[in-house]
Amino acid sequence: MVAFVLRRLGVLGVILFGSSFILYNVAAISGDPTADLRLSTDPNRDYLIASLTRELQLDVPPPLRYFLWLKGVLGVFIGKPNFGMGRDGSAVADSLALAIPVTLRLVFAATLFAAILGIMIGIVTALRQYSRFDYSMTFIAFLLFSLPVFWVAVLLKEYLAISFNNFLREPQIPFSWIIGIGLVSGLFWASVIGGSRKTYWVTYAAAFAISSSLVAVFGVTGWLLNPSLGPIVILALSIGIAFGVTQLSVGLINKAALRASLTMAGLSVVAFYPVNWVFDNYPGALGVFLMACVLITTAVFVGLAFSKIDRAPIVRTAIITAVLSASLVLLDKFMQTWKPYMETDAINYRPVPTVGQRNDILETNDYWISSLDIATHLFLPTLALTLIGFAGYIRFARGTLLEVLNQDYIRTARAKGLSERTVIMRHAFRNTMIPMATILVADFAGVIGGAFITESVFAWSGMGTLALQGIRGQDLNLLMGVFFITATLAVLANFVADLLYSALDPRIRVGSGA
Amino acid sequence: MMARKSKASVESTEVLSGENAIQNKEIEGLSQGQIVRKRFFRHRAAVISLVTIITIVIMAFTALDFRLFGIWRVPGWWKWTPEDLPDLRFGDCPNDTVGCPTISLLPKFLGGQGIGLGSHPFGQDDIGRDFFALVMKGTQRSLSVMIIIGGMAATLGIIVGSISGFYRGRIDAILMRFVDFMITIPVIIIGSVIGYRYGNLGATFLAFLLGLFAWTGLSRLVRGEFLSLREREFVDAARVAGATNKRIIFKHILPNAIGVIIVSVTLLLSGAILLETALSYIGFGVVPPDVSLGLLISQYQDSFTTRPWLFWYPGLFIISIALSINFIGDGLRDAFDPRQRRRISKKERQDSATARKLAQADD
Repeated sequence: MVAFVLRRLGVLGVILFGSSFILYNVAAISGDPTADLRLSTDPNRDYLIASLTRELQLDVPPPLRYFLWLKGVLGVFIGKPNFGMGRDGSAVADSLALAIPVTLRLVFAATLFAAILGIMIGIVTALRQYSRFDYSMTFIAFLLFSLPVFWVAVLLKEYLAISFNNFLREPQIPFSWIIGIGLVSGLFWASVIGGSRKTYWVTYAAAFAISSSLVAVFGVTGWLLNPSLGPIVILALSIGIAFGVTQLSVGLINKAALRASLTMAGLSVVAFYPVNWVFDNYPGALGVFLMACVLITTAVFVGLAFSKIDRAPIVRTAIITAVLSASLVLLDKFMQTWKPYMETDAINYRPVPTVGQRNDILETNDYWISSLDIATHLFLPTLALTLIGFAGYIRFARGTLLEVLNQDYIRTARAKGLSERTVIMRHAFRNTMIPMATILVADFAGVIGGAFITESVFAWSGMGTLALQGIRGQDLNLLMGVFFITATLAVLANFVADLLYSALDPRIRVGSGA
Repeated sequence: MMARKSKASVESTEVLSGENAIQNKEIEGLSQGQIVRKRFFRHRAAVISLVTIITIVIMAFTALDFRLFGIWRVPGWWKWTPEDLPDLRFGDCPNDTVGCPTISLLPKFLGGQGIGLGSHPFGQDDIGRDFFALVMKGTQRSLSVMIIIGGMAATLGIIVGSISGFYRGRIDAILMRFVDFMITIPVIIIGSVIGYRYGNLGATFLAFLLGLFAWTGLSRLVRGEFLSLREREFVDAARVAGATNKRIIFKHILPNAIGVIIVSVTLLLSGAILLETALSYIGFGVVPPDVSLGLLISQYQDSFTTRPWLFWYPGLFIISIALSINFIGDGLRDAFDPRQRRRISKKERQDSATARKLAQADD
């Protein structure tokens, strides 16, 4: 195993060397950094050209200059990487250090949402193959696939940001919207749940009634201006989550698991006031992290306390329920921050921003307000990337699950009388997840490249912006710095995907053979 | 309980063999090409998409004046060209804007203006140029860039992939390491670098250069197909019969891999048009005074709130092209997939069951 990992890392090093060599030379040939100086009429033009040539070592031919660059980059191994100087005289490493977290935040959020949503919808389409839901989702997936991201971005800016901000000035939801949202939600849930004609219409009516009345209540109470969940709603939702998670993971028939997850849901709500006290008095990521640790530990103990046999699935159910219900408490905290956030001068009741990764004139020391500010700035770019990314996941999850459902072991599982839930969740879903996990990791690297356009549309100062700046300004070191980071992430992600594949699928052994 | 279950399973086997019988009967005596064509034309979305794309291609390439081999001028049917500067249309426009679209699809009896194109169906841009002519020109550019990128990538990918997969050994190792290098470089970066330098040399040249970097995924796929197909008996048979390597590659293996290749190339095409529009959008692709769909959107995105048609129509054409190609690819995938089973309608199933029962009764 160790030998396999080392050999693969060696190959990755060679690949990085080769591709950076190709790009360095292509980029060096296609642009002359002194071109704009040559055209200038500055009296000390020749001096400027000479100093730029000396600083960027332009007198060395590109293939050799590449090795000078490489020598600096290899300083990574002794802790002193040197990505060279940008044209403006600043160290490329410093610009990268600012840009990397920005891009990673965007890519991570977008990949996560795209994967979760896409896999869920993909699975439902596979289970309802050839239904109306399947056809409409297939169409939507193809449509999203074909959308240029910059086009979607302009539409989102116009309709989700500007119009929504205008709407918030006077949040009266018109009657036609209430009915419309109800109709769409009824159609969605009725097609997802399916069943006989009677079930279909009952589901339709229920979904219609619930969503229309929710929307109506939101409109009447001004919820959008001052949203909150409150302990009672959190309790109701948590109990729902407890039942849902238990049903999906082990089935409601397992009373121990149901009791454990209900206890965890209850505990999350009981902790509502103390947790909010901690949020207010000790704000920060550390506090949230510590409480998450306490929560998961508690969930493990509760799971163990309620179970005698078959403990692992019960503990797992308790943990999932606990994390989901606790996220509701966290969500509620963010909702409580919404009103003070909107009242700040920098926001002034226009909360959805169209550009930038954070509000520069927002002066606040409040951890929650600044977190919420980052979240609102993430909203549109993440949505644009998610919309386009999740189409691929829908198709892939659907195809994989259909393939798995045709396997002999699924027929065996059904034949020995397992419930449909067990067949789908234990036998089919898990085997679908093996290729999905590897695609997810590899895709994460791919999205970094795709985020370039998104960053440029939303004026984020991430790595994409740096790369474009490097190309426009003939700034070779800057471009190569960005490329080095993205390429390293890409090859590492593929490597991790390979390892993950062999870890998840026992049929694949690494290290054996060649 | 047991009895009911076993009966159900017997029934489902019968249904399955019944479906097989229907499917087998359908393809009796047909060549592979005929089967594929038949299956493709049954995919309704794919056929609609095929019609759409053919319409768009014909419309875009006949609307404007066209120079055949740079000499003969074939006149287009549209009255304006992108270079004409007709007067800006004032009045009749919502919100005091100018040059709004004159296209009208609402008939008179429904309160509209009647179905008609008017003088500027897609409106006019800020200096009065006819936007329909601009969009047609842009569609021409984007389509030809797409075809060139796709054609280059397909040729290179097939050649590299088939050599690699057929000869294996050292050639394969060298070629595939090269592909590994190329795959690590994001196409958008290399595209931007090339576009920045060579964008002013014209869209065709740019497309050829981009094609040089777009073939890697396809070559891996073709290599995989070749690796498995070269071990099959028909290749041995051809070799025993004295066929040369060239003949085996082009006449025996390639036709068997063509399904996978065609599907992959269609997806590559839709990727190519999105790549071209994205590059033009950030300013590294087609550059003014030339016109492309991405460039149009990039030029007029700021006027979205006041004159949205300048934004909608180019986008509509990009989406229609990409969407149609994706659906055609889906239809081709279904058509080439031998495991593909059509949904048998209830009526057909009943008919076949009745026929079988009658046959059994005869026995």
